[in-house]
Amino acid sequence: MSKMCEKEIDSIIEKYRGQPGSLIHALVEIQHENHWLPREVMHKVAEALEVPFARVMQIASFYKTFSLTPKGRHEVHVCTGMTCHLRGAARLQSKVEELTGLKDGETDAESRFTFATGACLGSCSIGPELIVDGKHYGRMTPEKVEDVLKRYE
Amino acid sequence: MSEIVLTIDDQEVKATAGMTVLQAAQQAGITIPTLCHHEKLEAFGGCRLCMVEVESRGWTSYVVSCLYPVAKDIVVRTRSEKVDKIRKVLVEELMAHAPDSPELVKLAEEYGADRNRFEREASFCIVCGLCVRYCNEVKQKNAVGFIDNGPLREIRFIPEVAARECWDCQECFALCPTSYAQAAYLLTEALAFPGQRKTAAPAAKTPARAARVIPIMPVPVTT
Amino acid sequence: MPRLQTAADLEKLRTEILAARDPAKSCIAVCAGAACDGMDSAAVAAAFVAEAGKLGDKIEVRPTGCHGYCEKGPNVVVTPGDICYFEVQPTDVPEIIAATLQGEVVERLVYKDPNTGAKAVHMHEVPFYKHQMRLLIGDNPKIDPMRIDDYLAVGGYAALVKALTEMTPEQVLDEVKKANLRGRGGGGFPAGSKWETTRNAPEKTKYVIVNGHEGESAAFMDRAMLTGNPHKVLEGLIIGAYAIGAQKGFMYTRHDMPLLEKHVRQALAQAKEYGLLGKNILGSGFDFECELHFDVGIFVSGESSALMRSIEGNPPEPRPKYIRTSVSGIWDKPSNLNNVETWANVPQIITRGAEWFTSIGSEKSKGTKLISLSGNVVNSGVVEVPMGTPLRTLVFDIGGGVRDGKTLKAIHFGGAMGGSIPADLIDAPLDFDGMSKLGAPIGAGGLLLMDEDTDMVEVARYLMDFLTQESCGKCVPCREGMQQMLHILTRLTEGEGKAGDLERLEDLVEVTGAASLCALGKTSGDPLKSMFRYFKPEYEARISDQAAGGSAAK
Repeated sequence: MSKMCEKEIDSIIEKYRGQPGSLIHALVEIQHENHWLPREVMHKVAEALEVPFARVMQIASFYKTFSLTPKGRHEVHVCTGMTCHLRGAARLQSKVEELTGLKDGETDAESRFTFATGACLGSCSIGPELIVDGKHYGRMTPEKVEDVLKRYE
Repeated sequence: MSEIVLTIDDQEVKATAGMTVLQAAQQAGITIPTLCHHEKLEAFGGCRLCMVEVESRGWTSYVVSCLYPVAKDIVVRTRSEKVDKIRKVLVEELMAHAPDSPELVKLAEEYGADRNRFEREASFCIVCGLCVRYCNEVKQKNAVGFIDNGPLREIRFIPEVAARECWDCQECFALCPTSYAQAAYLLTEALAFPGQRKTAAPAAKTPARAARVIPIMPVPVTT
Repeated sequence: MPRLQTAADLEKLRTEILAARDPAKSCIAVCAGAACDGMDSAAVAAAFVAEAGKLGDKIEVRPTGCHGYCEKGPNVVVTPGDICYFEVQPTDVPEIIAATLQGEVVERLVYKDPNTGAKAVHMHEVPFYKHQMRLLIGDNPKIDPMRIDDYLAVGGYAALVKALTEMTPEQVLDEVKKANLRGRGGGGFPAGSKWETTRNAPEKTKYVIVNGHEGESAAFMDRAMLTGNPHKVLEGLIIGAYAIGAQKGFMYTRHDMPLLEKHVRQALAQAKEYGLLGKNILGSGFDFECELHFDVGIFVSGESSALMRSIEGNPPEPRPKYIRTSVSGIWDKPSNLNNVETWANVPQIITRGAEWFTSIGSEKSKGTKLISLSGNVVNSGVVEVPMGTPLRTLVFDIGGGVRDGKTLKAIHFGGAMGGSIPADLIDAPLDFDGMSKLGAPIGAGGLLLMDEDTDMVEVARYLMDFLTQESCGKCVPCREGMQQMLHILTRLTEGEGKAGDLERLEDLVEVTGAASLCALGKTSGDPLKSMFRYFKPEYEARISDQAAGGSAAK
C-alpha cells in the first residue's frame, strides 16, 4: 500500500467516522482507490465506523466487488452471462486460463493479471466478450485472445 | 394485550398478539422441530425445519413458524405429507454435512431421512448461525462471524478477538449441533495464535467447564 | 439556470426550448448503448463532432442512449427522416456528413434484408423497428441523456405538471390502478395495489425506490432505459412519490457501468437545478428528494427486501415476506419498490389516461413490454412490443430468426429463475399469466433463443451454477438444495448420471421451491421444472447411457 493510497484511505475513513450505516459506501470507496482491502484497513474501518470487525469481514467476503488479496495491474474479465455462455464463453474462459495459468479470481505472481468471470454486463449482442481494464473486446474467439492479452504488460 | 385464538393440529390455542406460531405452539405443549432457533436469540428463519402449513382466509401456505405471527382464525398443521417431506429432505441435505449430529440423527429417525441420499460435503458446519448470533446478540463480542455467500458460506473465528475472548467463554460450543464451532475455534487457535490464548488467572475464576465433545466415529462408507 | 418556481415557468421554458430548435436542421444521433459503446461508438461520435465542427452550426451531433438495434451497432440515426445507418465506423463519418448536407443517403450503410437484399432507409421501414411499439424507448434517439432540455423538448415532465397541478394524490393513484400497470421487474404484481398499501401504511415517513439492479442474465433493457432516458424514470418516480406520500426516493443500480452512473447523476443534478426535485416542487407544496445507490456485485441484492437491506448498509439478506416491505421496508419504514420499466410507464398513463393504456395489450397484461432479445438470434437488441404479441413476431419478424441458418429448439425467458419452452409453442402470446402457465414466466423480459445444438441439460447446469454463486446462503433449502442440484446436473453433463438422479432432482426442486426464504431459492428450480416438462427425454438419456454402461445400479 503506497503512501498516497494510505492518505486517501484515511480520508475516506474519516469521512464516514461514527456512521455504521455507511460501511458499504466506505468499503466501496476504499476498494476503488486501493483495488483491495488489506486486513489492517478493515480493522481501521471497524474501529472508526463503530462496527464489529466480524461484520466488516462478512461484508467484505460476501460481495465479490471487494478483493481481500492484492490485485494485478490488469483486470481480465470474461463475461459468463447467459447469452455469452450460449455463444461459447466457456471456451473463451478455458483459453484465458490456459494462457495466463490463472483460475477465476486468481492473480499471477508478477501481479500482471487478475482473472475474473462474472455476470452479464448488458452488451449481450457482442458476446462472447473479453473485457480488460474496462475495455470491451466483443465477438471474441479463443484464437483472438492471445493478441489481446499481449497488449497488456 | 389482545388475545388471539387459532387452531394448531385441530386444537384450539389461545395466544397473545405479537406471538409467533412457534411460541403459541410451545405454550400449548405442541412440538415443532427447530434447529437454528434459540430463546435468547432473535428468530432467524434459516434452517426452515419449523415450517408448518397455514390455512388463512381460504389460502394455504407454508411458513416458518418461528417468524410467522399468530392471527385470528388461522388453521395450522404442524405435520402433513408436504411438511414432513420438506423436513425429511432438509435433514438429508444437512446430513450430507454432519451425518452424526445427534439432533439430525433423531430427526432422521422421525422423518425417515436417508443420511446417504445426497453427495457428501466436506464441511460439517450446517451454518445454523447459533454461534455467530449468540456471540453477537448475547455476549456482544463478535468473535465469530459469517463469511462468504451461498454454498461457500461458513463461520469463522476472528483470531484477534477469539484470542482474548473465547477460552473463558466457550458458551457457543454447547449450542453447536455438530461440534463444528468447537473444532473451528481450536483449529483457529492452533493456526493463528498457538499458546497465546488469554484467560483470566485460574485462581480468580470458576473451574473451566468441560466442553461437551462428540466422539468422532468412522462413518461406514456406502456408495 | 434559475429554479423553476411554477408549472407555468416550466411550460414557458419548454416553449423557449422548442422555439430555439429548428426541426428542419439535420441532427445526427449516435447511440452509446452498452453494445454500441463496447464497439467504440464513442470514437464514431468523436469523429462526427470533429467533422461537423468544421461546418459551424449546420449539423447537430447528439450522443444518445440505446436505440435498440444492438446487433447492428454502432447505430446512427439522422433526422429529419429517421434515416438509419448501421455498423458505422469513424471512417464512414465524412461520407455521412456530406450526404446529410445534401439531403442524400449513404446507400451502403442502410439496412439490407439478409435474404432478399431489399433496402430499408427510414426507421419505420426497417423490419426490426417496424413491428415494435416504441412508447418507452422510442424517444431514446432524440435525447442526449446529459441534457434535460432534450427531454423537455419531447414533452418531458408534462405528466408531472398535470399530476401536481390538476390531480390529487388519490386521483393519481386511482389512474395507475385503473391502468392495471403490472410490475415489470419479474413479479407482475399490480403496481397500483402496492402503491396503495404503502400509502395506507400508518407511518408518516415513506420511501420510493427504483430497482435498476437488473441482475437477470441476458436482460439489458432496464439499463438501456435508465442510461438512455433517466428523466422518464425519474418523472415516474416523482409522480409515484406524490401519489404515495413519500418524501424521499432511492435509485438503486449497478456499480459496473460508468456511463449509466454519469447519466443518472447528471439527471438528478439537473432535475434538482430546475426545481423538479427538492422543496415545493413547481409551487405545489410537494417536497421530494432522490438519492443514488449502487449495488456491490451480487444478484440477490436485486430482490426487493435484500435491496433495502443493502441501501441501509447491511448485507443483502432477504427478509421473509410476512413483513411486506410496503409496510416495513428501509429502516422499517413503508417502502414502495418498483422496477425501472414500471416507473417509466407512469408519465404516459398520466398524460394519456388509463383508458388509453388499457387499450394496448391483452386482457390482463396491459401496455407494452421491453424485451431484451438475445441468444442464437439474428437481430439481438432491446425491443418494445405490446403485451399479447405472439412470440413468433418477436423471434422471426423482429429477431430475424435463428443465426447461422440453424433451427429453433427452445425459447428461454426469465434468466436463471425462468423456464424454457419448445419451439412449437412459438405462437404463444407475450403475457404475464399465459407465459407463467406455460412454465416460462416473462420475468424481467430477457428472451433467449436456443438453437438445435443447445444441450438442455447443460443449460440447466449453467443456470444452477449461476444461482449458487448468487445465493446469500442464509437458508438451508436454497444453499444446500441448489448445491446438491448442481452436483447432480454436473454429473449428468459429464456422463456420470446415476439411477435415482432424476427423482432426487425432482424432490430437491419441490423442497427448495416450497421452503426457501426468498424468490431466488423459490424459483431456482423453475428452469428444471420446464426442462422436465418439455425436454425430459434429454435428461433420461443421460441416465440410461450410464446405466447401460454396466456400473452397479443403486
